[in-house]
Amino acid sequence: MVIDTQGLSFHFGSQQVVRSLSLQVPEGSIYGFLGPNGAGKTTTIKLLLNLLKTDQGSIRIFNKDLETNRIAILAQIGSLIEQPAIYGHLSGRENLVNRALLLQVPDSRVDEMLALVHLKEAANKKASKYSLGMKQRLGIALALLPDPKLLILDEPTNGLDPNGIIEVRELLIRLVSKHNKTVFVSSHLLSEVERMATHVGIIDHGELLFQGSIKELQDISQPQVQIETDNTVDAANLLKKQGLAVTEVNDDHLNVAFTSKTQMAEINALLTRNNYPVYSIHKVQKDLEKLFLDITQKA
Amino acid sequence: MKGFILSFRSEFYKTRKTMAFWSAIILPFVICLLIFIGFFTHSKQMSSDPGIALWFKFAGAILGVMGSLLLPMLIVFIAYSVNNIEHKSETWKSLFSLPIPKWSIYSAKYAYAFFLIILCLALFLLFTLGFGNLLSVLKPELKFSEYHIESTLSLIYLKLLFSALGVLSIQFLLSLLFRDFLKPMGIGFAATIAGVIAAGSGWQYAYLFPYSHAMLTVKSIHQANMGKGGAVPQLTVDLFTKDIFVSIVVSVAVFVLGYFIVLKKSVK
Repeated sequence: MVIDTQGLSFHFGSQQVVRSLSLQVPEGSIYGFLGPNGAGKTTTIKLLLNLLKTDQGSIRIFNKDLETNRIAILAQIGSLIEQPAIYGHLSGRENLVNRALLLQVPDSRVDEMLALVHLKEAANKKASKYSLGMKQRLGIALALLPDPKLLILDEPTNGLDPNGIIEVRELLIRLVSKHNKTVFVSSHLLSEVERMATHVGIIDHGELLFQGSIKELQDISQPQVQIETDNTVDAANLLKKQGLAVTEVNDDHLNVAFTSKTQMAEINALLTRNNYPVYSIHKVQKDLEKLFLDITQKA
Repeated sequence: MKGFILSFRSEFYKTRKTMAFWSAIILPFVICLLIFIGFFTHSKQMSSDPGIALWFKFAGAILGVMGSLLLPMLIVFIAYSVNNIEHKSETWKSLFSLPIPKWSIYSAKYAYAFFLIILCLALFLLFTLGFGNLLSVLKPELKFSEYHIESTLSLIYLKLLFSALGVLSIQFLLSLLFRDFLKPMGIGFAATIAGVIAAGSGWQYAYLFPYSHAMLTVKSIHQANMGKGGAVPQLTVDLFTKDIFVSIVVSVAVFVLGYFIVLKKSVK
């Protein structure tokens, strides 16, 4: 395991922010750390980086205890916490040069990173003039600068446009598949995590609700077929008679558990045959709230 | 040690384009230049003064401005600036998640603030001597060349440097703890005024108050030399007085205390 925590707990004053968290992040994985805002994700990340002192429990990273091997462990981690920490009065390049100086990384690496996150043209612009997306990309460049074995990224796609989100996602996948890195990435979007993670941990109110491979999560978060039609109640009854599992019916659409694409086509044909106009039919993922509900009910 | 050197170099790299760095250079230049202009335009009135008196007036005018208010306020500003650069950019968390010992980061930052004050005082010394000698070239009636003040003035500035240490540690810690501008600056300003009043009024325990030390240093030089009416006038500096001793003790104690606060502090 690259990250292995046991019974990790932390509180701010009387508020328990992290409760008995046991994370297991295998080597070579993209571990999606999923939870709504305020679930304790950032606090957990700060504990993993030794920025906050653990109340209870232990953290082992690269099979070493974090408390006693702080420097050796941090030397192999690149991190991005909350909004990127950038010196606004320095240019993007100067921010990287400063970090390269501290980490004794050759300056040539600075240009590589600028190219990687597409900031070459804006390299000499003051970082305070950067858009949120550019700042985020510079933050990612700073995290990648020392070529770390483990990347810890807190909501790295925040503020990025769709293209930027896809780029970051592909970059992370490439880092893991081609360069043998391990990535620990937090997010509050299930769809985001599903698209890139190999492993998932779900946290809410400081507690780990689920941890496992993406396959195991998909078994729980069964996708649905959402159908927009005229008379949803009658249409639902028709589908039920055909032995389909209708999970939700409301005024403008109904949901059926997804099993296969072929079945989706059959549903479409069935409804049309019976004079129910199908305005739209598509596959949807459960949102995080419903997923939480399912997980907690199963537990 | 490597972490300390790297952090120190990084401090320079980060601040080299900021007011914190340039104020330490511009301030001595501007003040020395202004006094130089004053002497240049009023040279006739001083043409009968002996060299020692000229130097005493010239360096004394600069020291008077410095010691009473400027030096403590400059320290307040520098201590604030080197810490604020991290507060403002929210970079404490990234700084403390680098593979560099916290001790190195903390002490390099402190050392850098100290370096800026050394730089500022060294430039004051240099510009005082430079402008004084320039005056004697441009206005030969001013007999600056009669007397050599270099070693004495160096001692005075060394003493000022020691007198600055206590305030530096206190302000450094305040600026590290509070991210807003008003607290460290407000406390620093109020304490400086109190220090000037305490030292100026001759309060017997002023030597225990770090914010009085710069003023006490300047005052002691005036007093030591004003009283002398002997045949051979001589400027004397008593480097290790009890106020300097207090300044150094306070500075070391607060510096160490600050480190333990940094260790315990959670980085939010």
